[in-house]
Amino acid sequence: ERAHGPYQPHEPGYGLHQPGHSPYDDQIPDPKSRMLAIQNAKAYLLKSSTTSGLNLYDHLANMLTKILDEQPTNAVDIIENISKDVKWAQFQKKMDTLRDEHEILPTFEAAEKRKALFLKENGEGDEELEEEIGETPLPNVMETAFYFEQAGIGLSKDESYHIFLALKKLISVQPIQTCRFWGKILGLDMNYIIAEVQYHEGEEEEETEEEEVIEEGGKRRAEVEDEDEEKEEEDEPPKSTYKPPPVIPKEENGTGANKYVYFVCNEPGKPWVKLPPVTPAQIVCARKIKKFFTGRLDAPVVSFPPFPGNEANYLRAQIARISAGTHISPIGFYQLAEEEGDEEEEGGGGRDTYEENPDFQPLSVVEMVDSLSTWVHHVQNILKQGRCVWLNPFQKSEEEEEDEEEEKAEEPDELQQEIGPPLLTPLSEDEGIQNIPAWTAQPSTNLIPQYAVAILQSNRWPGAYAFASGKKFDNIYFGWGHKYSPENHTPALPLPVQAEYPSGPEITETRDPTLEEELAFKAAKEEALAAAEEEDDEEDVEDDEEEDD
Amino acid sequence: MEAASLPAALELAAGGGAGLSPEKRAVLGASLLLLQRDYRFERVWFWGCIQGVRGAYYIAEGLGPDRAAPRSRLYSLNCVEWSLLPPATEEMVAQAEQLKGRFQGDPSFEYEHIEINAEDAERLFEDGKEPTIKEEARLVATIEQIDRAVGIIPRGAFVKTPLGSVHENRNFEGLSLTEAKKLSSYFHFTEPFNLKNKTLLEKADLDPSTDFLDSLEHDIPQGSWTVHLEKGDTVVVLRSLLWLGLTFYHVPMTKQYGYVYFGTGEKNFDLPFML
Repeated sequence: ERAHGPYQPHEPGYGLHQPGHSPYDDQIPDPKSRMLAIQNAKAYLLKSSTTSGLNLYDHLANMLTKILDEQPTNAVDIIENISKDVKWAQFQKKMDTLRDEHEILPTFEAAEKRKALFLKENGEGDEELEEEIGETPLPNVMETAFYFEQAGIGLSKDESYHIFLALKKLISVQPIQTCRFWGKILGLDMNYIIAEVQYHEGEEEEETEEEEVIEEGGKRRAEVEDEDEEKEEEDEPPKSTYKPPPVIPKEENGTGANKYVYFVCNEPGKPWVKLPPVTPAQIVCARKIKKFFTGRLDAPVVSFPPFPGNEANYLRAQIARISAGTHISPIGFYQLAEEEGDEEEEGGGGRDTYEENPDFQPLSVVEMVDSLSTWVHHVQNILKQGRCVWLNPFQKSEEEEEDEEEEKAEEPDELQQEIGPPLLTPLSEDEGIQNIPAWTAQPSTNLIPQYAVAILQSNRWPGAYAFASGKKFDNIYFGWGHKYSPENHTPALPLPVQAEYPSGPEITETRDPTLEEELAFKAAKEEALAAAEEEDDEEDVEDDEEEDD
Repeated sequence: MEAASLPAALELAAGGGAGLSPEKRAVLGASLLLLQRDYRFERVWFWGCIQGVRGAYYIAEGLGPDRAAPRSRLYSLNCVEWSLLPPATEEMVAQAEQLKGRFQGDPSFEYEHIEINAEDAERLFEDGKEPTIKEEARLVATIEQIDRAVGIIPRGAFVKTPLGSVHENRNFEGLSLTEAKKLSSYFHFTEPFNLKNKTLLEKADLDPSTDFLDSLEHDIPQGSWTVHLEKGDTVVVLRSLLWLGLTFYHVPMTKQYGYVYFGTGEKNFDLPFML
């Protein structure tokens, strides 16, 4: 038998197996003991925690309020998370005693810059408006974006519009004759948005003056150094006889690889920066290296062979290569300008000017897609030398053709004149890479061929696209700025070690004489010495005899 | 990216210049839904597009109740008709790794002259065939490789239940702006490799329900991810440099995130030279 008396409501075990008592006996309960049980339970729930100061009663009340307010589905599955959130909210409230400073997110500043693009500049009267509506070099970026979008190529509409406005700003600042959105190159830290621009004639002279000033400054510095050298009369280590290969001069602004001037900015809204003209050495080096762009124009390009310049130069060199390789137009859109001069005087450089053909008849989209010969390159090919027009670096600057021929026979280093494909060559002449054709042509849609757009994608420069639709066409580049190569990139090996000094007889090691040779030499020497002594003795004797007399 | 949020997501991930034409966007809205119905997927992701020389492959992935289970992959040449791809095997992946060059755009194209183990070679030579691999298998292997190497999700987006299955975290409200700029806030959505190698101190800070995957912090080589804030600092875009064309986007403090691949399907082996 149990030693325990009848269980009270507040004791554990109450209502369980009790002889004579069933769990339902307390349906008609003793009100007092039940109320006591409830109060005890509530008092337990109201006990504050020693660590956090919360109590379970309030916490449960808050949680249930939150659940009933928000009515999430499957609340029982996420009850722990809700509990955590409620506790977290508790802690947040305590911080309200400090004033919350409005967080200035960096997004706000960026939004300010973007808004600035949309503001019209003050002080514009009606005259300006007329000018704007007239002929403007501003390209219709949205129209081009529309055509490329038919192929799934292009940035989001927002970004395209921002670029549109940024180009407008560029044109209002610089004296620009033609302008085009060239494309976007992605980088590690930031991206580049690139505009291809041609100045009005005569506006470029400012640059050449700056360059001359720099050159004069250099000359003066060189003269000062010479003087210092003369003062030092100490022995100097032998000067190296290394003559670097002659520097190939860059092409004039407005011709060849420097035909267009390029402006870049990191984001629409940031100021446009002009890229310096490209030199052949930079193009030659850019062909050998493969580096990502960081997004900062002044970043150094650490590579082997060492790139002559910083990221701005590398970017410009890649832009030149991409333009030369992938800028195409439908055949007949451009025609070669008629030249009045003699072809021979150009030295085989080829024609480099073209003009729009007023009688251009556009081909149908089907024709443009089926055959690659309906497209032509309208940018001059860059030769191996790094220029579009070949230049013999050994010739003097003011030579005529007749003298050139004579001198060529005399020079020890014969450089073959490099000839590239002439301007306006069709794409069917483009070499593929292994078994991949250089271009992939597709119509933008197979379902609605009446309004399809012909799209070409370059396989040699992934990211370069061109479209043509009726009389409209354009080129664009979106990518990382590198050429496609199915093989892995192999960096150039370092050059072989140079010979330190010419080896002549005075420093070549000779074999040491052997013992026999030394003895023989010694014996021969002694004989000669003895013979000489005898003669001396005889002379002395003769002298003595003379003195005696 | 989620099929349901495809249009908005494409706008956010378009920084690299690659996207879909309006025609494809329109048809995907319908055909992905039909995929969900036909294959009884719980979620359908538009994985991306692999450009071949003569055509492009559009890839979709379907997920079942356990989001971490191997996903079913489907491909289409025109976004209308989809075909299920076989699951990837290690052998396929090993063979496909030797192939170089672009995809052709034709699923039945056969690549020749691949090297395989001596045992397999004997087996095949008995049949009298040269070892070949079809482009379809290369496609499967490439998608598997890309998912394994660079398929990422933000931290906290998925939770592991005590039963081991993985679900979306309904309490995930997005990463904050500062968190979103750090590589440690993103995980590879695949079997973790490095989780067990962490020190005890690091493991103590992990929350086993959300931190059950590898983070991007220790990816080799360092710097193989670029983190950009685009659209006026409102979207965080991560781009992989190992597989050029993989773009991940996330709008901080919202639930929008996803990754998509637009590219040629070739690994960038020159990465160490280019950094």
